[in-house]
Amino acid sequence: MSYPEKYKYAKSHEWLAVEGETGTVGITDYAQDSLGDIVFVELPKVGQEIEAGSTFGSVESVKAVSDLYSPATGTVTEINESLNDAPETINTAANETWLIKLTLSNPDDANALLSAAEYEKFVAEETGH
Amino acid sequence: MTSTETLSPLRRTALHATHHAHKARMVDFGGWDMPVQYRGLIDEHMAVRTGVGVFDVSHMGDIQLRGPSSLAAVQKLLMNDASKLAVGQAHYSAMLYPNGTFVDDVVLHKLGDNDYLIVINAGTREKDVAWVRSVIGGMTGVHVNDFSDYYTQLAIQGPKAEATLQKLTGVDLRPIKNYWFTWGTVCGCHNVLIARTGYTGEDGFEIYIPSDEPTSARVWGEVLAAGEEFGIMPCGLGARNTLRLEAAMALYGHEISDTINVLETHLTRYCKLDKGTDFVGREALLKIQADGGPARKLVALEMVERGIGRDGYPVTTVGGEKIGEVTSGSPSPFLKKNIALAYVPLAYTDVGTEVGVEVRGQVVKAVVVTMPFYRRPKIGAAPITAPLS
Repeated sequence: MSYPEKYKYAKSHEWLAVEGETGTVGITDYAQDSLGDIVFVELPKVGQEIEAGSTFGSVESVKAVSDLYSPATGTVTEINESLNDAPETINTAANETWLIKLTLSNPDDANALLSAAEYEKFVAEETGH
Repeated sequence: MTSTETLSPLRRTALHATHHAHKARMVDFGGWDMPVQYRGLIDEHMAVRTGVGVFDVSHMGDIQLRGPSSLAAVQKLLMNDASKLAVGQAHYSAMLYPNGTFVDDVVLHKLGDNDYLIVINAGTREKDVAWVRSVIGGMTGVHVNDFSDYYTQLAIQGPKAEATLQKLTGVDLRPIKNYWFTWGTVCGCHNVLIARTGYTGEDGFEIYIPSDEPTSARVWGEVLAAGEEFGIMPCGLGARNTLRLEAAMALYGHEISDTINVLETHLTRYCKLDKGTDFVGREALLKIQADGGPARKLVALEMVERGIGRDGYPVTTVGGEKIGEVTSGSPSPFLKKNIALAYVPLAYTDVGTEVGVEVRGQVVKAVVVTMPFYRRPKIGAAPITAPLS
């Protein structure tokens, strides 16, 4: 399991990359591993405004549905359409496979999130390992 | 943690440590700590459809009925006609409540004259054993034994199951027909029950070996080694569920339960109302039939629009009016479609009927299709290849 240090992490298992006012969101390696084989991803529409902590879509494996929670507030500028045909990419490369890009309302939102080390510790506590 | 809640410990099969060594992901299944997947559900599912997979199904229960009245007891207890079984033959059957709903579904094996083995589900084990004893009651000449803890049950399933198991036994497996069984030495264990049965819709065997941990782990390992050339995979309950769903095999608590009667299900051909002896539930079923039959039936659905119908999701008319419920629904790894089983009113049961499935607040179009979703190719026929996605 790997958690790049350049990302910030939500306790709901999404990662956020911030570049200026643009935020890129994906799910963590831990999240993809817990879900198992991902077969379906539902994403918002471009232009939709989403708030930090609210659901913006869902990801489904063969056996489970999991809601996606936005790690930051902003407006959706782009969605990763390739996931319609190849959702399994998330399993093979969770850290490189983004779901949505946002124009962040407040780039400082990222400060409220966990660092890679903090997230790793959080996952360890949550799973009891 | 300051929780004062005490949970009863989950039960473990003799292969528990082996599953952990395989890094299986474990789940609570009917009070048992069981592997849901090892390397990945889809790979495990495909291994069974195209090669071979092995499952630990030791959580299943085994009740033996013996004595001169055992046939009479089995006939009273189960809906199928056990008088039709030859020694060495098994069939699908079920125990019913007096109102015609399900106590459990079972596989009945005729071990010998006056000697039957009933294989039952894990989650219903205690209830089932108590039910068997209560139905038999004071009937004389029948002895009931719960042998569930005496067996490690392995299911070796897939088109390469025979070739895999054949390497581990001197018994010629070829003449064993579907739902027949024999005994033989497997991996050095004598008198192992070898049955051509399973819960995957694929050819395969279930073997019943001694449940001590060293023997169980050794046989498990030998099965994996024997199947290596065919790409064998250890398979978890996740793949077991998607495999049985593609084959439209019932799961207790889903397609069958104590609120669903036999006439509503797709299992009526295993219910012999005219077998010549009464059985628990028969009278109620005859009455339902006389009153015009059931109001709803189980159907197979295929999602037409994007969306996955899952267990418990409402089934609706195309207009969104609720008419039923999905009992089991999942993406189908082999067919690469989203499939579901559901109870709907009779007016919606014809193949081709369009319905909706409410997926988290949105009505997604689905269509009634032929059951089962998947039927394995006949031996000698050209193999079916998975559709390209």
